[in-house]
Amino acid sequence: MTQQLATENKTTESELKAGSNLERILAAGQFAVTGEIGPPKNFDVEVIHRKVSLLKGYVDAANITDNQTGIVRMSSIGAGILIINQGLEPVIQLTCRDRNRLAMQSDILGAAAHGIKNVLCLSGDHQSFGNHPGAKNVHDLDSMQLMRMLQEMRDKNQFQCGEEIAGGGPPLFIGAAANPFADPVELRPLRLKKKAIAGANFVQTQIIYDMDRFKQYMKKSVDLGVTETVSVLAGVGPLKSAGMARYMRDNVPGMTVPDEIIERMEDAVQGISSEDKKARMAASRAEGIRICIEQIEQLKEVEGVAGIHIMAIEWEEAIKPIVTSAGLYPRPVCDS
Amino acid sequence: MPDTEFEPQIIAFCCMHCAYAAADLAGSSRHEYPVSLKIVALPCTGRTDMGHILKTFEDGADGVLVAGCLTGRCHYQSGNLYAKQRVEYVGDLLEQIGLQHERLRMINVSAGMGARFAELASEFTETIKLLGPTGLTKKPRSKEIPLAPEKSTKLMQSTLAKNEQIIHWVDPKSIGKSVA
Amino acid sequence: MIVADQKPIEDIKQMLRGKRKVLAVGCGTCVAVCFAGGKREVGLLCSALRMATDLAGEPVEIDETVVQRECEQEYIEHLGERLDEYDAILSLGCGVGVQSLADSFPNTRVLPALNTKFMGAPSGQGVWEERCQGCGNCLLEYTGGICPISRCPKQLMNGPCGGTDQGGRCEVDPEIPCAWYNIWARMDNLNIQDELMEIHPPKDWSTSRDGGMRRIVRKDLQKPELDEGDS
Repeated sequence: MTQQLATENKTTESELKAGSNLERILAAGQFAVTGEIGPPKNFDVEVIHRKVSLLKGYVDAANITDNQTGIVRMSSIGAGILIINQGLEPVIQLTCRDRNRLAMQSDILGAAAHGIKNVLCLSGDHQSFGNHPGAKNVHDLDSMQLMRMLQEMRDKNQFQCGEEIAGGGPPLFIGAAANPFADPVELRPLRLKKKAIAGANFVQTQIIYDMDRFKQYMKKSVDLGVTETVSVLAGVGPLKSAGMARYMRDNVPGMTVPDEIIERMEDAVQGISSEDKKARMAASRAEGIRICIEQIEQLKEVEGVAGIHIMAIEWEEAIKPIVTSAGLYPRPVCDS
Repeated sequence: MPDTEFEPQIIAFCCMHCAYAAADLAGSSRHEYPVSLKIVALPCTGRTDMGHILKTFEDGADGVLVAGCLTGRCHYQSGNLYAKQRVEYVGDLLEQIGLQHERLRMINVSAGMGARFAELASEFTETIKLLGPTGLTKKPRSKEIPLAPEKSTKLMQSTLAKNEQIIHWVDPKSIGKSVA
Repeated sequence: MIVADQKPIEDIKQMLRGKRKVLAVGCGTCVAVCFAGGKREVGLLCSALRMATDLAGEPVEIDETVVQRECEQEYIEHLGERLDEYDAILSLGCGVGVQSLADSFPNTRVLPALNTKFMGAPSGQGVWEERCQGCGNCLLEYTGGICPISRCPKQLMNGPCGGTDQGGRCEVDPEIPCAWYNIWARMDNLNIQDELMEIHPPKDWSTSRDGGMRRIVRKDLQKPELDEGDS
């Protein structure tokens, strides 16, 4: 039944790739907002429900991570189905680490049958960072090849082997991730272009704290014509503390957190007794949210930025104040 | 308590340019060091072969000293630094074998440091005395199997060549060692 | 060359439990030049094992020998004459050598003393690095002579990923350089960087170990069979 519905969508709106809410919002030229939900490390449906209640209405779609950082969690597709049933649109993350081309294609067909349309293609964090460091990784395809495969499934109705998908390919809105700051920096816009060629319809970036470097990256990407075919959602994330800011600066590849931001996070707790942990945390988090909102305001002005992707890691409560204060609430409704 | 005190067998691989001369000087200037210490002269501690150290233990030594030039004063520039690395490697190996890595030590002396050599040698001997015997049961060493003569001689000429031992054993008495 | 290193003494000691007499067989080819299983290493390891088993109260008698090439039958067959006196062979060859010994001597247990690591080259004194995984379908033509299959932890064919650290180090291990960082740099140097904008298609892994044990047959090198008419 769902399959029929999907096919109908495709025929009635040939200009849209998949007709997902995210795609419609972007197609309508609205500034899109996506969030992120990390599925639990068990099969507790309540965790999903709680997180959905914090995001629903404030984001256009929510990424569902796929064993992020190599730690086993509820599957992104399984969690995605729960989320659809709760009335929130998922962006399924799909890593090349855990599946070969057979599993990827069958998972995509299964996901499409459940009405999942947005897929974010990732190579995946290396398993050595996770809780099964001795696992064998797959990497049958890389993220470029995965995007190309999904594009051909959708547009050419064919499996990777070239065989026809009888009954038509799945309607997919294909996404990619981009780290604008990893070395070599000068090649990152080219790589974004390559992802566009491979079949990306939208891109979500790594969290941005260094606005100047991001603007340079976007300038080059726009010049390369990337944004003509791909919607770039700039990644933002509220900082919880100065410690977290320093950790991200020191441990995340390519990430620069300007001193100014670290100083602001430090200043936020100045004058509050170190005994009063609660007050310090509240002040620190409030400042993190403020910085995030300011950044969104700046990002709205950057040419080529079509929306934002908010990564509030295990802090979904922050989404509502950020989206509201950034003037992005209520979310537009784009009816089919 | 045993009737006789444990007298450890200690072999010192000494560089000719420094430690060997220092040992000589210790003898001639009447600085005492234990009689149980036997010296093997090497052209440089860079010649120290890890296999020689292990086989020395296997053949009954309780401790092995590798004595080279002061850091930065190697006659061949870096032989003593290589020796240091190998001593560290074999030290780890000794632990894996079940022997204490303290049984192997590298010291650095100059040719003029006779007194210092005697002091370090005595100190090391005391350490080994405290550790006691290795606990190895002395056994004849295993044999090396020659390769099939007819088939492999042609293929194997180089491998078959006997590994000439260029170590020469020195009688401690001949270098003026004096411990009664 | 094939690069290997020795298993921990404790592991080998466990393998030798219950054995009275063992023949250690080193190899004079790849593992000799990477200092894992040549004559010198055989001497060192056997000396260590004799002492270790002795101290553990279960002494094992170990004889030593080295063959020039443990992976070829012609070089190892002579060992068969003496094997009756041994409970096992302890091979200091690579995994190929161990199996050649096992294939040649069906009645003797063969134990591995080495962990075979990779096909690689020395990148400096005392350092070896992986360079090839034998995928059976070389793509170095497209990647500037640097292999991402063996040198990228994710085996990306359209890299680099977002995990390249400053100076082109890999996030998985800062000691290893990012293969794709170097591929881009090298192709830039050769003025062929634009080739990298092409999406390299999914690899056919059937020529890799995914296709099962691989085999090469060269008719021109096989022993000719005498036809009746050829006499």
